[in-house]
Amino acid sequence: MTRPSTVPDARRGDPATAPPGLGTAQRRGRRPRRGRRGTLAVFLTPALALFLLLVIAPIAVASYASLYKWNGFGLPENFIGLDNYTRAFGDPTFRGDLWRALVLVVLSLTIQLPVALGLAMLLNQPLKGRSVYRLVFFAPYVLSEVTTAVLFNLVFSPNRGLGDTIAQWLGADAGTIFADPDTVLFAVFMIVSWKYFGLYMMLFLAARQGIPRELHEAATTDGAGSWQAFRHVTLPLLGPTIRISIFLSVIGTIQLFDMVWVLTGGGPIHASETMAVTMFQFGFRRFEVGYASAISIVMFLLSLVFALIYQRVVMRRDTEGALTNQGDHR
Amino acid sequence: MTSTANRALRARRLVLHLVCIAVGTLIVVPVWFGVLGGFKDNGQLSTNPLGWPDPWAPENYTGILASEVFWRQLGNSVLIAVTGTFIMVAAAAMAAFVFARFAFRGRELLFTLFSIGLMFPFAVAILPLFVLLRGMGLLDNPLGVILPQAAFGLPITIIILRQFFRTIPGEVEEAAILDGCGPFGFFWRILLPMARPALATVSVLALVTSWNNFMLPLVVFTDQSWWTLPVGVQAFQGQYSDDTARVLAYVVLSMVPALAFYAVAERQLVGGLAGSVKG
Repeated sequence: MTRPSTVPDARRGDPATAPPGLGTAQRRGRRPRRGRRGTLAVFLTPALALFLLLVIAPIAVASYASLYKWNGFGLPENFIGLDNYTRAFGDPTFRGDLWRALVLVVLSLTIQLPVALGLAMLLNQPLKGRSVYRLVFFAPYVLSEVTTAVLFNLVFSPNRGLGDTIAQWLGADAGTIFADPDTVLFAVFMIVSWKYFGLYMMLFLAARQGIPRELHEAATTDGAGSWQAFRHVTLPLLGPTIRISIFLSVIGTIQLFDMVWVLTGGGPIHASETMAVTMFQFGFRRFEVGYASAISIVMFLLSLVFALIYQRVVMRRDTEGALTNQGDHR
Repeated sequence: MTSTANRALRARRLVLHLVCIAVGTLIVVPVWFGVLGGFKDNGQLSTNPLGWPDPWAPENYTGILASEVFWRQLGNSVLIAVTGTFIMVAAAAMAAFVFARFAFRGRELLFTLFSIGLMFPFAVAILPLFVLLRGMGLLDNPLGVILPQAAFGLPITIIILRQFFRTIPGEVEEAAILDGCGPFGFFWRILLPMARPALATVSVLALVTSWNNFMLPLVVFTDQSWWTLPVGVQAFQGQYSDDTARVLAYVVLSMVPALAFYAVAERQLVGGLAGSVKG
């Protein structure tokens, strides 16, 4: 299996995939093969065992269980084919979950990411105290979703919360934003953004600081205004980071759970429910494990298909770039 | 001419500061409300949610700090985060070493398998994971949280570490081999010490992820004595839903370790996040 002298796959194509140590490994052909194979096994086994047993196996179990009507106890026996899937796609709650995921993605792409980008550009300016601003903006990222959600539950709690007071100043009624099916999803989105915009801002800022100064100087020399420089120099060069942020944002939305579970439990009348919350309700509260597994698999396929298409179509160049750049860091 | 330019510049800066202060206010005020709220009683909270406590009532904080529950949850969170991170980084470093510096058939395939793991949302696996853990008898056992967390952290860690291991020149390895180092010796005595910054980065990422994990401990631990802080905070809110001030104090206290850690490890965290995106 492991032939140190013939390594066609590493030699072919992108030179960056060939590790720097390869040359030495090849010249060391006299090392006994069995020893080398043993080394590989020793180094790979812990990671591989953990990964296969706790990441891959669950996906397999879920796909199997999704074909059964099963309460989670004993072995699944009542095979029902794809009924769980047809049920999910016929269920208004689950269809609503899909719709709400789409709404959240659109909100993130049109509000959260542009705001984060704007703030990153702002903090890239020579501004006194910008490191303090940066520290504060990013801080919510380290708070857990649960802590954040409980805090905001209390901020907006009727009578004792901050929300009430501020709403009174504005002449509105804050107590209802989590109780009103029309506003609750937006409220959840705002709190998710509160926690996560700093992450994206940080990523954009790091990428912005990686752009060589000369490029902007050249643009200015050529008479570009600051907007033109942003539009034609900064934005294209931030492309890879923007695209991966969109990716993270979509994947994060598909699995959104903690925040919603603690803030609203998915209510009122499912108005803020997500796929993960629906899955959790059926799997852990109503013991319809077969049905909940089908929802899990749909979530998984959504992420996988999205990821594959996105990487193929949108991020292809970026990955190539990232791989070829690796060699240059030496 | 210069003075108008200066004035324009100063006006611009002022606007930028105002924007930053506005955003900062949105971040700080809810937290500040929590910190002060913990020092109030519920009567004060309803009449005076924003202002200073009058009088200061430290009982909420002192009560929680004197209770065993908070410290036990804190201890559980620390235990799980530290052990899990250690296991994960050790396994990932070994695998990344092989992926970075050995050529063998199937290497890219295996590596792709791990990278695909990046796309498995944790929420997808939670239900079958629960079934598996129950089958293995790992419910109400810290390993039931530690091991899956480690497994799910592997992909990103392997990717970051492999990238870093590749940057270490082949000559270093050759020299080590000439000095009689085997692959284990090279890995343990040369590669790992050289990779200390990268190891710190991935460890910080793993610690934060573990610290904030909620779903897994929520389903694995029915025994309250194993609860971690996120599970505890949520339960505390349910238990004292009428006592807003006390819940605020609990939330604030549970934020303190995370924020303290952030203050210490901000650079690694930011570097790790930016690095993981590049990979």
